[in-house]
Amino acid sequence: MATQTATGTTPLHLILAWGFVGIPLAWGVIETVLNSLKLFQ
Amino acid sequence: MSGSLASGGVFSPGRIVAGPGFNRWMVPPAALCVHLCIGQAYAFSVFNLPMSKLLGISQSAPDDWKLTDLGWIFSIAIVVLGLSAAIGGRWVEEGGPRKAMFTAGLCWGGGFLVAALGVYMHNLWVIYLGYGVIGGIGLGLGYISPVSTLIKWFPDRPGMATGMAIMGFGGAAFIASPLSVWLMRQFSTPTHVGVAETFIVLGVVYFCFMMVGAAIVRLPAPGWLPAGYVPPTQSKKMITKNHVFVYDALKTPQFWLIWWVLCLNVTAGIGVLGQASAMSQEMFPGRVTASAAAGFVGLMSLFNMGGRFFWASVSDYIGRKNTYFVFFALGFLLYATVPHSGAAGSIALFVLCFCIIISMYGGGFATVPAYLRDMFGTRYVGAIHGMLLTAWSAAGVFGPVLVNYIRQYNVDHGVAKADAYNITMYVMAALLVVGFLCNLFITAVNERHHMVADESDAVGMAD
Repeated sequence: MATQTATGTTPLHLILAWGFVGIPLAWGVIETVLNSLKLFQ
Repeated sequence: MSGSLASGGVFSPGRIVAGPGFNRWMVPPAALCVHLCIGQAYAFSVFNLPMSKLLGISQSAPDDWKLTDLGWIFSIAIVVLGLSAAIGGRWVEEGGPRKAMFTAGLCWGGGFLVAALGVYMHNLWVIYLGYGVIGGIGLGLGYISPVSTLIKWFPDRPGMATGMAIMGFGGAAFIASPLSVWLMRQFSTPTHVGVAETFIVLGVVYFCFMMVGAAIVRLPAPGWLPAGYVPPTQSKKMITKNHVFVYDALKTPQFWLIWWVLCLNVTAGIGVLGQASAMSQEMFPGRVTASAAAGFVGLMSLFNMGGRFFWASVSDYIGRKNTYFVFFALGFLLYATVPHSGAAGSIALFVLCFCIIISMYGGGFATVPAYLRDMFGTRYVGAIHGMLLTAWSAAGVFGPVLVNYIRQYNVDHGVAKADAYNITMYVMAALLVVGFLCNLFITAVNERHHMVADESDAVGMAD
């Protein structure tokens, strides 16, 4: 039988969770885009 | 007595059932915490050159490791990924995502630490064991750990949900590659390359990152549905409402047809992915420099990542089977067009063809969990997905071998380097025709493979 966790999700939870994964990913994507521009130089 | 240590404590599936008010959009970041770490495997090649100069520092010494020997580290990890996902899939499914993510984090982080010891001892076998075997187990368990959880949270958009996680695997190299280079620069001295220290930092950071994912992941309560979502009342021919037991799935032709669909799609993509830099320079000699070729590889990586989210999301609207039809039909046309782009000297057409091809390579990975869910139900989809990943391992061998050997055969027989890839492209196009036919033959699973109600209820109780 399952026990439910009692925590609700606040907007702050969502911002922190998505920021935690989104910021490093965005940094990596920007670095790659900048490197990719060499193809068009 | 749910929730006790006897029933698995904080790791048991019963302890992570979400309560009222939990937002399902917390689950994709949990999945991304794992996939953004294990996807580092795609960037492992940044260590190859530094590891070939551990003794000589500025250049390879006679006792330094050869690049061919170092190449085995990645190969072992990918093979172990497939094996551990196949063998551990049922355990992941029944033990729940938190236990699987925690174990994956231990193996992935621990693998880096053992590999660091191998660098310190200058013993390549210890690195094979650390990154290849232990890390490979972390790769396999981590890859499949969030899949069925995401599908349960997003019954209305299963393709998009799994596409988000698998997009993280494709995008992880964007973080790992510059981060690894930066760390090695920080730890290097005139007498030291800094690889071991970089491995230690990465191992600790990745372990902590994956533990955040394990902490925030939740399972939906039994019978939970998203607000406003009404399950279709009319049954769709290609989307089952039943469940197939993990090992029974192996007895169905559908499993093996999807295995070949994935294998052929990946073989075609992986073959050119590894050769993209050399291919662009040899097909357009003097016009594509090494620096521009590196930019081309980066651009392809972006399309690889974006395609995972895009195509998996599209599959929610047009269906999985139609999505793979697009991959194979459009892929065939694009592979057949590449030689003409070379003959016409059109770099733009060449780049466009490969970017779309690679988006469909990534899309193939991201769409397949939802395809399996449509065919075999949600109960064991993670475990079945794990077994299907052996197709990836097989493709990891087929693809590069096909491209390298066909190219070498042509060069040895006097074909100009610029033209040597043309036959390879036509072979890849032919593979996609076979994939198209495999996809064509996929029909709904025969109901004799479905779990009966009592079995489904029994396993459901364990949730």
